[in-house]
Parts: sequence; C-alpha cells; structure tokens
Amino acid sequence: MSRKPYIREISKTRWFLRQPRYMRYMAREVTCIFIFAYTFLLIVALARLSQGPDAFQEFLNALRSPLGVLFNLAVLIAAVYHSMSWFNVTPQAMPIQQGEEFVPGSIIVGAHYGAWAVISLIILFLGV
Amino acid sequence: MSEERQIQLEVLRYNPETDSQPRFQTYTVPCVNEWVVLDALNYVKENLDPTLSYRWSCHMAVCGSCGYMINGEPKLGCKAFIHEYGDHIRVEPLAHFPIERDLVTVVEDFIAKLASVKPYLIPKEDKPISAGEFKQTPAELMKFKQYTLCINCMLCYAACPQYGLVPEFLGPAAISMAHRYNQDSRDGGRDQRQEVVASDEGVWECSFVGACSEVCPKHVDPAGALQQVKVASTIDWYKEHLMPWVKK
Ligand code: SF4
Ligand code: FES
Repeated sequence: MSRKPYIREISKTRWFLRQPRYMRYMAREVTCIFIFAYTFLLIVALARLSQGPDAFQEFLNALRSPLGVLFNLAVLIAAVYHSMSWFNVTPQAMPIQQGEEFVPGSIIVGAHYGAWAVISLIILFLGV
Repeated sequence: MSEERQIQLEVLRYNPETDSQPRFQTYTVPCVNEWVVLDALNYVKENLDPTLSYRWSCHMAVCGSCGYMINGEPKLGCKAFIHEYGDHIRVEPLAHFPIERDLVTVVEDFIAKLASVKPYLIPKEDKPISAGEFKQTPAELMKFKQYTLCINCMLCYAACPQYGLVPEFLGPAAISMAHRYNQDSRDGGRDQRQEVVASDEGVWECSFVGACSEVCPKHVDPAGALQQVKVASTIDWYKEHLMPWVKK
C-alpha cells in the first residue's frame, strides 16, 4: 500500500498565538528588547559624558523628563519580568544533588532572589 | 452506578487513499465519567465506525503509543479523563508529525533521532562477564533516574514549537535520553553522543520555551535536561579553547 502522509503547515509568523504558554515565552523574549534599549541608553550616557559637563547635564535633564521617567519605568518592569522568569527556571537548569536527594527548587530560586536583593541594596547604598 | 454523559467526540480523520486533506468527523459517544478519552475512541471503533485508526496498547500510561492532541493539548489518551472535559472533546493527531491516517502519525523521524544519540550504555572499559556487574550507588542512580521514566510518547515534540518550525531539531526526548546515559556513572559514551547532541540541530536549537516539561506525562522534565546539556557543552567549549592543556 502506498503511503501519502499529510503534513500540517505551521505559520512561521503567528505560531506563538496558538498557545498561552507560547505567548508567555514570547513575552520573556520580547523583554530583552527593553534591556537592549537600556544598554544603548548607557552607551549614549557615556558619549554625552565624554562631551563635557554641560552635555551630560542636558542628558540627565532629558532622563528626568516625563518621557525619560516613563522609559525607565517600562524598562524596569520588563527587566523584573525577564529576571524573574529566568530565576524561576534555575532549579531545572542547575539542580543540586546532595546524596540521594535534590535540594528543593524553592531554595535555589530563593537564593537567586536573595542575591538579587543584596546586590540591589549594595548598588543603592553606593548610589546615594 | 456511574453517571453517563453524552459527549460530542470530534476526531480529525484522514484517509491517504481518498482524502486530499484531513477533515473533522463528530461522533456522539455515551461516556461514563471514569472513562478516559481512549475509552471513547474504543467505543467509536467498536460500535460506530470500525474504520477509525489510532494507536494504543497498554491503557496505563506505560507504552507511550496513545499520544493525541486533545482540545489542542498534547495528552496521553489513556490518561486524559473524560470528567476533566466538557461535553465536546476534539481529538487530533499529535502536532508537528505528518499524519499517516486518522490519529496515526509518522514517527520514523523521532525513532531515527532517538537511535542517533546511542541510547544505551557504552561502558567506560570492556569488562569480562566473569568480572561481575557494574555497581552503582543509590546516589549515582538518583542522578539520572528521572530521565529513565521516559516512555517515548512524543508529547514533548508535539508541544515544542521549535520542533514544529525546525523539523531537523533533535528534540526534547532524544536529548534527555542522551543526558540520561551521560549522567550514568557506568557510561563512557558522552564524547560519541556529543557529536549529535551538541551540533546546531542538537541542543542549541532549543530556546527554552519549556513546553515539553509542562506536557510530559512522566515528569521527565526534558527542558531541564536540555539546559543542563547546554551548561555542560558550554563548559566543554571553554575547556577546549581557553584551557587546552586540561584533559577532559
Ligand atoms: S520526555 Fe516525557 S513527553 Fe517526551 S517522550 Fe518522554 S515521556 Fe513523553
Ligand atoms: S495506551 Fe499505552 S500509554 Fe496510553
């Protein structure tokens, strides 16, 4: 008997609309655009700094404008979502075995959040 | 007595001899709540339409042959209870695989990929039988036990959008199986497996959507295995390029 398998085509551009879990994945991936944008902003900051104090002051003022604040807020939200989505999967990528048991995932995730909090506090402390 | 409920069972049909494309056919099935979707399919086959084709064997989530898309989600037909669904259940062949006939998919691709990772023990050194068995501690067993639970049901391939888009991708179960043997203290075959596993179509095709682990009926966590393989392969790369004097 001859075979004639049928192949179902998948949309290359809209595949992620099929499933909520694909959309969650896309959300995680899209947040890195914001992180890229912020990295770019830091490079602009360096460029302005190299042009002297006036130029840098102008840059700082622009950051304090409503648009600048809005941008920073959007990046903050995106970065928090991005980091959390990665923290939450660390037990899968880095399981820790002790004897016959695995360290519970909540401890590995918790350690990441703890380290995050400590580093944020240090940066805050150095900043003020 | 168990409650009986009329279910509209919508099944994707495809007959390669007469159809140019698949079509849905709906059957009205009197179900008992304790039934699983596979029971409903068997009811159709026995009472309504003997031409319906689908794979199954064990009816106890062991053989891995009854994977279907049930209401769009990859599931084992023998583990998907009717009481978890409404009165309308849609059953389709596993996504991302070509359809052979009705719910039967073409699985050669997966079988070939599984074989390509050498899913068997490759002992570190030859040992005559008289030298006795290879011993293993419970802790050494724990390191890979979870991956031995895979039943090759391919639900993870049906869930993986990457496999759907790039059919060359070695995929979750095959790589997890390679990882299972790599993690085995008795095994010495990792270098041989890495040629396939660490290739472009291997683990690096994975972008960690994580869908495979969400649908796996055996809690193998293939997504976790793949990330661990990535970490180990990255360490290999650094060792090779930055510390060539270090022996693997
Ligand atoms: S890893 Fe899980 S979903 Fe994939 S084939 Fe094995 S048992 Fe099935
Ligand atoms: S029939 Fe064997 S796994 Fe469902």
